[in-house]
Amino acid sequence: MSVKVLTIKEDILGANEQNAKANRELLDKHRILMINVMSSPGAGKTSLIIQTINRFKAKTRIAVIEGDIASTIDADKVSKLGIPAIQINTAGACHLDANMIKKALDNLVLEQLDLIVVENVGNLICTAEFALGAHNKVMLLSVPEGDDKPHKYPLMFTESDVVLVNKIDVLPYFDFNVNAFSSAVAGLNPSARIFNVSAKTGEGLEAWFSWLESQLAAKRGGQS
Amino acid sequence: MHEQSIVESLVSIALENAQKANANKILKIYLVVGELSGVLDDAVNFYFGFLTRDTIAAGACISFDHVKAQFRCRNCNTIFLPEEHNFQCPNCKGQQIEIVSGRELYIDRMEVE
Repeated sequence: MSVKVLTIKEDILGANEQNAKANRELLDKHRILMINVMSSPGAGKTSLIIQTINRFKAKTRIAVIEGDIASTIDADKVSKLGIPAIQINTAGACHLDANMIKKALDNLVLEQLDLIVVENVGNLICTAEFALGAHNKVMLLSVPEGDDKPHKYPLMFTESDVVLVNKIDVLPYFDFNVNAFSSAVAGLNPSARIFNVSAKTGEGLEAWFSWLESQLAAKRGGQS
Repeated sequence: MHEQSIVESLVSIALENAQKANANKILKIYLVVGELSGVLDDAVNFYFGFLTRDTIAAGACISFDHVKAQFRCRNCNTIFLPEEHNFQCPNCKGQQIEIVSGRELYIDRMEVE
């Protein structure tokens, strides 16, 4: 039998992109804002999300989708706040993908939600590659991780709409140059918003809350 | 584990296209991999062997075409390799840069019979 060459030119992540697009359409239909929160393990995603829930839950209907390789620790913390929480255990995979999010959305009552916060698996590499259908990508970088990360993980910083520099309260104890970090991020991604915050002390969180409020207001106004 | 989901998609795209072309066997897959995609050849080969058992892609080999990460300076349009210039434009020393290549991850073509 003769050998044939088939031209394919097909993106490996194409199927995920399609699923992400379907998720986005479903969310838009329900006027729900979904944000995808990413960082290294231990940068403070869960603490930030808990602060955000406490600030918004009185007037905003929130749900959280938690991605972890194993355990329900994070979902349990969020559930205690009276917020619907779906835990996705990725069974070893280092990122969430659009199909996992679809299954989680199927388990939420979308008619009763304004905001879905996705806490991705702690990882600065492939979480940036897999679209989920979220409207915004939000990343945290904590001060102890160092100010050189934009150049080590350029994709993550290029993809993020918001970069939160967390644990800013411990800045005096680390050689973290805030200006060098901000200009490296701005170099890769001029439109990224950068907020210096401490999810523990609450420092700087007002700017983050205002940004999120403006996104929610735009969604309520019918803009996507 | 990044590569497992990548290879699952790769295998499904390959099998689908082979089936459309009424092929009996996939011999070789030409994969284009950007430096920034974080995908490692050895890991792809490992999962590929595992995930193609009992399929018409079993035993096929993967040819990796690696694409270097390239950046473009937003100020003066100079294209440069980040690894050699540490994220700074070698021409104007600007740091306003955008990724122009290195994110690729696709099957270019494959050989079937």
